[in-house]
Parts: sequence; C-alpha cells; structure tokens
Amino acid sequence: MNLADIIKSLDLTVLTTPQDFDQIEPSGGYASDLLSCVMSGAPHRGIWVTLQAHNNIIAVAALLDLSAVIITEGAEPDPATVEKANDEGITLLSTPLSTYAVVGRLWEMGLHLAA
Amino acid sequence: MSDTQKNLPISDKAVESVTRSEELAYELKIAEVMTASPRTIQACETMHEVMVTFRTSHISGAPVLDQDNLVGVVSMEDLIRAMANSDLDAAVRNYMTARIYTVKGSDPVIEALKQFVNTHVGRLPVVDENGKLIGILTKGDITRGLLKALQHDYAHEELIRYRASHLFEDIVSDRTSLILRYNIAKGDFTHGGSASSNIKRALLRLGASPQIARRCGIAIYEAEMNLIIHTTNGGVIRVEIEPHQISIDIYDDGPGIKDINLAMQPGYSTASEEIRELGFGAGMGLVNIARCVDQMKLESVWGKGTRLKIKIFLQKNETVGERYAGNKEKS
Repeated sequence: MNLADIIKSLDLTVLTTPQDFDQIEPSGGYASDLLSCVMSGAPHRGIWVTLQAHNNIIAVAALLDLSAVIITEGAEPDPATVEKANDEGITLLSTPLSTYAVVGRLWEMGLHLAA
Repeated sequence: MSDTQKNLPISDKAVESVTRSEELAYELKIAEVMTASPRTIQACETMHEVMVTFRTSHISGAPVLDQDNLVGVVSMEDLIRAMANSDLDAAVRNYMTARIYTVKGSDPVIEALKQFVNTHVGRLPVVDENGKLIGILTKGDITRGLLKALQHDYAHEELIRYRASHLFEDIVSDRTSLILRYNIAKGDFTHGGSASSNIKRALLRLGASPQIARRCGIAIYEAEMNLIIHTTNGGVIRVEIEPHQISIDIYDDGPGIKDINLAMQPGYSTASEEIRELGFGAGMGLVNIARCVDQMKLESVWGKGTRLKIKIFLQKNETVGERYAGNKEKS
C-alpha cells in the first residue's frame, strides 16, 4: 500500500508540496501527541498520526525520516510550519477525523506495525 | 551501489531523478539547451545545395530564411522527396515545411516538449521576443540539456559528500577531530530541533551510516529540547566527531536537576502544563537518550547547572545500537 492509496481512501488534505505519493510505501504507523514517545516509538519511514500541529513536529518527522504526518481533528499548522515541512521534504496531511478513526482506517487498510 | 539496490526495479535514487528531471523541464530555459546560431538555408537555394549543406555540416534539418525572416524548416525527409522526384534543382521553398511552429528561447523546456508532442515535428526553430531566429531545438538537445543539468546537480552533492567523507583521511595528525558547537536559547521552540537536524545532516555527509546518524539525531534532539524547555539561560551542545567515536557534551548553567535518579525514570517530568500541551514533557527524554547511545554520564548540581556527556562508538563491535540499555554509567 502506498501513500497515494491512503490519501485517497481517507480523503486527506495534502498541506505540503505534492510528491510522487504512489512511490512512497509507509513501513508502519504510530500515534501519539507526546513527541518523545514518537521519538522512541515511530518506525523508520512510518506514518505518524497526531493532533499536534505546531512547528516542532517537523523536526521530529525529519529526524525519524517519517513518510508522512497525519494531523487529525482539523488542527491547522501555520504557514511557517508548512514551509519548514517543505524545506525538510516532510509530507503533512490533514483530516477532520479523530486520531482513533484514522488509526482504525489505516489498520483496516493493512498498515499494521512495522516489520 | 550495493547489489540489493541494483536488483530493485526502481530505487529511491531513480525516483528522485525522475522527479528532478521533471522539475528541470520547468526550470531550464529553451535557450540553455538549444543549438545556438544554427546553420540556416535561404529559400531561394536549390535542394541540391541543401544536400551539400546537410552533408558537409552533418545535420539533418535546418531553418529556412527569406532574407532575415524565418519562412520554414527543411529536413532530410524533404530532401528525400526531392531526390525521389529527381527534382534537386527545385528551390527550397517548394519542398520545405512552410507551416512553422516556433518556441521562444525564454520559455521553459516543458513548452517545447508540449510542442513536440502536439505537432510531431522533429525540430523547432527558436526565436527571441521579436520573432528573430536564435537557434534550433531537437528532442536530442533537450535530453542532452537535462542530462547535463542532472549531472551538475549530482556532481555538486557528490563533491560535498566526497570532501566531507575524506576530511579525516586528507588531514594528517595524531588525532583529528571535528568539533561542532551550537548555542541553544531558552524557550526558542521555533528553532527546536534545528541543531539536531544539522548534526544529523553533517554526519551523513561525513559518511556515517544512516543508523548512527539517526541515533545521534534522536539523542541530540532530546537534549536540545531539554535545554529549550528546562534551563534558565539556555545552553550549549558540543559535538566532537572522530573516526572512531562521536562525543557529545551538553551543558547549561542552571537550574540543575534535583534528583537525577528520579529524572532518569521513564514518565517522570517537571514540565509545565503549557509545555505538555505542545507535546513535550512526556518524561521520556533522558530515557530516549540512554537508549540511543553507547555511553552516558549525567551530572548536575541544583542551583549550578547540568552536564550531560554521551558517546556513540563507530566501530561495529563496540556500539550497542538502538535499544534500551540497562547498565549505563550514571552519577
């Protein structure tokens, strides 16, 4: 399953400059709003689901080489955060769904824990 | 390139260059890739003269001018038709393609690609703002132009990497090290993580493995955020890179940690409610650091300051990798 399938299936809004999403295959997923937990738990090239939308999520995503960050509950990052994400090549996606709903859908699609 | 990479149908690198060449089609101007001041032919010349010109100039097509005005394009195909009709004495204007599509030199290459697709012509005359001929463009010119630009990009990054990774070999001393220093300001959440990102990038350029760079990145990020969140006046991150180890020193001048054993406990945090709302203060920072490094020493005096010394070894048999390590040196 690639990122393009996920974006389409969950009807996610792409906040950053679109990349070749059908070439990006997330390795797994992680959900938390505590950055240190993400630091220790998120798999390399995984997807991170959070309702944090401030600019510190970009550094975390960049350091972990995450495939994408899904920002839930309609939280909106400010333009500077989106710009920083573009600079670092991080994909930011947003959705009005809750974290719980997003994780459920991803799991149903077959995105489980990283091998 | 390793064998496993070779066997993949499309490597990350290939995907990267596909997108980059598409980008380049928008960035590069037609004038940068065209053949400038091309050989031209006058409309009143004969097809026989065209044949001689093609042969001596090693070309297979040329723009046709009437005085200074562009009136058509003559190609090898037109020449063959004239030969088939035994009509080489005919004037060029009788055989050339008179309906001409042109492109502007100032337009991006993508415009020319669209023209090639829409018109099926083999070459496009390139004109300036006044419609005056300045060059000729074939698909081959575009391919060559893109390849050259790609190679330039690639060579640039390669050069940076090469220079960085040979740093330690090129400089002769009894013990060479590279020291990076970062001053971290108290409360500067806007730049939170930039020192660790920069260090990670530096390590990759120096040829460190992605795993080592990732472990350093995580450990330093946590320390960096601790300086931003918990110190009185901010602090300093000092990274010393040597061929066999990376030593990282993080220090501040207060307030210090009251109980280090408590601070090392997973989930223990002194962060305020505002900080926790930002997603910090999970009480996992020091635990994460311990997990990523091979050696860790934390010293603190309440009221004076804190000094954290960590080390990551670069020799495979010495490093523990990314895991929870139980018996770390503490004090």
